[in-house]
Amino acid sequence: MPSLAIFLPLMAAAGLLLIPRLGRRMILRIWIATAAADLILIAIMWLGYHGGIGYQTRLRWIPSVGAGYHVGIDGMSLPLMALTALLFLLCAVYSLRETERVRAYAALFLFLETVSLGLFAAQDLLLFFVFFDLSIVGMYFVIAGWGHGDPARSALKFFLYTFLGSLALLLGFIGLYLGSEPHTFDMVELTRHPAFANAPGAAGLVLLAIGVGLAVKTPTVPFHTWLPPAHTDAPATGSAILAGILLKMGAYGFARIAMPMLPSAWQRYAWIVIVIGVVSVLYGALVALAQENIKRLIAYTSVNHMGYIVLALGAAGLATGNPQARELAVTGAVTQMVSHGLITGALFLLTGVLWDRAHSYDLNRFGGIAANAPTFTGLTAVAAFASLGLPSLSGFIAEFQIFAGVIGTGVPGAVVAGALSVLGILITAALFLRVLQKAFLGPPGELTAKVSDVRPAELAAVAPLLALSLAIGIAPRWLLSLIEPVSAAIVSLVSR
Amino acid sequence: MNVLAWLLPGLPTASGGLLLLARRRADRLASAVAIAIATITLSIAVLVAVTRPEVFTVVFDRLRAGLAVDGLSAVMVVTVAAVSLAVLVFAAGDLPQGEARSRFFGLMLIFTGAMLITVTAADLALLLMAWEVMGAMSYALIGFWWRDTERVRSANVAFMTTRAGDMGLYLAAGCAIAGTRSLHLAGLETAGRPWRDLIAAGIVAAALGKSAQLPFSFWLSRAMAGPSPVSALLHSATMVAAGAYLLLRLQPLLAATGWAAHLVAWAGALTALLLGAVALAQRDLKQLLAASTCAQIGFMVLAAGTGAMAGGTAQLVAHAAVKSLLFLAAGAWLTALGTKDLIELHGAARRYPFVGVTFTIGGLALAGLPPLSLWVTKDSILATVAQGSVPLYVVSLGAALLASAYAVKAVMAVWQPVDAGTRDDSEQPGTRHIGLLQRVPLPVLALVSATFGAVGIPTVFSSWKRLLGAGGAEPGPGVAELVLSGVLAIAVMLVMVVLRHQPVKAAAPLVSWLQLERVAVVVVWRPLLVLARSLARFDDYVIDGVVRSVSRTGTKAARLAASRLEVPVDGFVHGVGSSVAGLGRLARRPQTGQVHTYFAQAAVFLVLLAVVIALVR
Repeated sequence: MPSLAIFLPLMAAAGLLLIPRLGRRMILRIWIATAAADLILIAIMWLGYHGGIGYQTRLRWIPSVGAGYHVGIDGMSLPLMALTALLFLLCAVYSLRETERVRAYAALFLFLETVSLGLFAAQDLLLFFVFFDLSIVGMYFVIAGWGHGDPARSALKFFLYTFLGSLALLLGFIGLYLGSEPHTFDMVELTRHPAFANAPGAAGLVLLAIGVGLAVKTPTVPFHTWLPPAHTDAPATGSAILAGILLKMGAYGFARIAMPMLPSAWQRYAWIVIVIGVVSVLYGALVALAQENIKRLIAYTSVNHMGYIVLALGAAGLATGNPQARELAVTGAVTQMVSHGLITGALFLLTGVLWDRAHSYDLNRFGGIAANAPTFTGLTAVAAFASLGLPSLSGFIAEFQIFAGVIGTGVPGAVVAGALSVLGILITAALFLRVLQKAFLGPPGELTAKVSDVRPAELAAVAPLLALSLAIGIAPRWLLSLIEPVSAAIVSLVSR
Repeated sequence: MNVLAWLLPGLPTASGGLLLLARRRADRLASAVAIAIATITLSIAVLVAVTRPEVFTVVFDRLRAGLAVDGLSAVMVVTVAAVSLAVLVFAAGDLPQGEARSRFFGLMLIFTGAMLITVTAADLALLLMAWEVMGAMSYALIGFWWRDTERVRSANVAFMTTRAGDMGLYLAAGCAIAGTRSLHLAGLETAGRPWRDLIAAGIVAAALGKSAQLPFSFWLSRAMAGPSPVSALLHSATMVAAGAYLLLRLQPLLAATGWAAHLVAWAGALTALLLGAVALAQRDLKQLLAASTCAQIGFMVLAAGTGAMAGGTAQLVAHAAVKSLLFLAAGAWLTALGTKDLIELHGAARRYPFVGVTFTIGGLALAGLPPLSLWVTKDSILATVAQGSVPLYVVSLGAALLASAYAVKAVMAVWQPVDAGTRDDSEQPGTRHIGLLQRVPLPVLALVSATFGAVGIPTVFSSWKRLLGAGGAEPGPGVAELVLSGVLAIAVMLVMVVLRHQPVKAAAPLVSWLQLERVAVVVVWRPLLVLARSLARFDDYVIDGVVRSVSRTGTKAARLAASRLEVPVDGFVHGVGSSVAGLGRLARRPQTGQVHTYFAQAAVFLVLLAVVIALVR
């Protein structure tokens, strides 16, 4: 079942490329239908999921190095896979008016969908790595092929930077393989019997390699500078997928691989992780506050939002802290992965409207958009307030748990770290109010006349994301009850 | 009955949300829908106040959350629902047709719903959620006329300032988990040190921010940018009242820490005194009322700090009626006459006597004139203060005298005969009309403003205390106290009447609200922006600079390799290749394909072999 969900988009992509003489509309229809079918498949899996690692599939792949095709789904991968399927479907809907090389475009996004779903379901390190790397390749072509501004340069920077990061990750994975007894790449085995139980130095080095690899992808300060140009020059859908799904691969890797497989090293270096998290939160928010390009601004808020996740996962490694609070923090971190995907996905799709109409992201050239485009303004306002963590939207559910969990550990340093990062939501509030004031409210600006309201396809792509954010914000139990058992497991695994 | 606890905030919030979604399509219906919903909400509030439901659920992992209605909440829900109904009725008549009425009434309903959750929440998570939603709604309402950049800026200032205080609630929630393993409001005082102190610090910061106490007061001056009904609701039973409510509810926590109670008491008393002086210095009616809100809420905060639960709550209810009445009257004049300047309003009460009379009842109540409501409720607080600390008592008595002065100033201004100062339409074109819907709420609020002082009658006060579950130590207003403050209030009023023609020049800092906003901008906002800009430059030039230099170094190394290394290496490779090729050519030569040649070669080889063997042996 998970394999069908993973490879269905790839099969559709192959079909699109092989069947000649498909019209533009037909291609888009096939794309949307495939993405919708995939979402339904994952919804069915969600309904049939009963705890633990469900829907496991094991096949022989490279037995000589102990690597297999092993996929399975648990309470952390399920929401992320659902997010992936939803966001890809909505990107397909958003692209209804796309005219440029539609066949390749659709095939590339379908390919990326397979890669992303596969990564979140992978239970084998090599499989994980293959999907991790292929996501970089796919996104390179999206930015280089359909971007604007200076796409070739931004795409190359994105590719080289994140590819280099993935090499560090591979090094770490090989380290894990060599440290395990018997040698294996199987994630379930590696979690059950952590490698390097008696070699703290080696465990630290392996954690460093894996940590750097994942930190580039997440990204955390100081490995984040590939993100703003990549986002600025990517097409709106590319940015939405990059921020909504690809960044999560880094954060997911921390929770899925680094913490449970290297528990004692994670505990030992928890403070470093916490500091990186706090720095990312404050630095990302402050740099975002100074941006005049709205897409760069949102890119930097991603650094801020991912910083909360890193902070929470770091605090989860404080073995002396109150375990219930640490579980709360991890639940918050996983919720943040989903929530950030929804909210930032929506924000990037909305900035795509600005580019489509006025070919500019410059805050100072807009103003009073609310007069021309009330629905667009309303959607942006909701997305902005969601991103600044307003209660009743999903960002709050995630961030409140992170703050309360980190501070609630009762460890003095964590209280300070939590209190400092609470300032992040204040700065985020300031910067989004600034965006609303400059571009959307007040008197009309230079380019405002060009900004017409959202089209039905754009509305249909953005509204579900915000509706879901509202649903999580008001009644989060259906999501949290899925995540909480996994958080408890992660906290007990990392406390070994 | 328990479903009522959810329905009470849920109904206005959900219908407000629907009005927002319907947008301009619902403009015609919006006010009728809002009034209907507010009426139903008020009846639910009364039911809830009687039945006292409690509902619990889980929002976050194993942390119980819920709504519970106790005596204090019962008083609050009825006050909130009643005032919001009055304000919505007024707004239905006041807000011009053609405005975005659906947006306005939708936001007002959500605002009310959020306040209703705030005052019934039994835990910090739900409280914080409603608390911040209320802040966001106040942003949207203050910036209702969004085409005007200055109004949008005011909305930003209000939201940012209150949210700065809200950070305290996040800290408090985390510390509550660390200290008590739960988020329950009841029982926070049982947390050990240092958690109890941290929780109290966070709560106090959030409450002072929301209630516009010092040093956060300036945002309330900005909040005037919204439509008048917004001011009437925001300044009376919601938003600013939330901070005072929270401190009153958590009075045991404040008392348990010791320092927090003193801090809160002094913050309240000083706000009452200083913002009272600011109010007296204002020349704009709405600004005067806004500063007086800070000052009057100061008395409630003082009550929370000194343990005067019953007195503080009575003050909250009476002030809600008085202040919404005054703001509605000021709003009616603003709509009809187009001004809110105190001098330009000369004669306003004579031109619209119905509004004038009700405004006067509210104004005199605000002045502390016997036997009106605030005279009694304020004294019920001062009686407790007097038991504790003399300096605190002196400060708060001074604040009470200032209240008399500024209230009378406003009342006198509108009753002055029309004179040279009177000017219409200086701010906006007036309609010269105050409709029925605008007038209906005024006498009701005036009645409450006039009579709520009955709560001070000893037997009534003791049942009021029982209702609120307040401790027995609270004495209630004493006779000597009441006489003294009544006489002083009348004396101040007479002085104001006698001196009314004396030209008075108010001190500049008082007119500008103690320069608090300037200080906040200079000390916090500007440095933050400078820091943000320098970090952005640092990010571009240093962090990304390192990345770029790595890639540049790589390119340079490649070029170096191409020019220096590539030639010799390539030459060597080339040399090896060509010599192999030469050898190959050489080796091809004997391969002629002719048998006699191979035969000759074999013969030569055998001879050579024989020679070698012979030599080696």
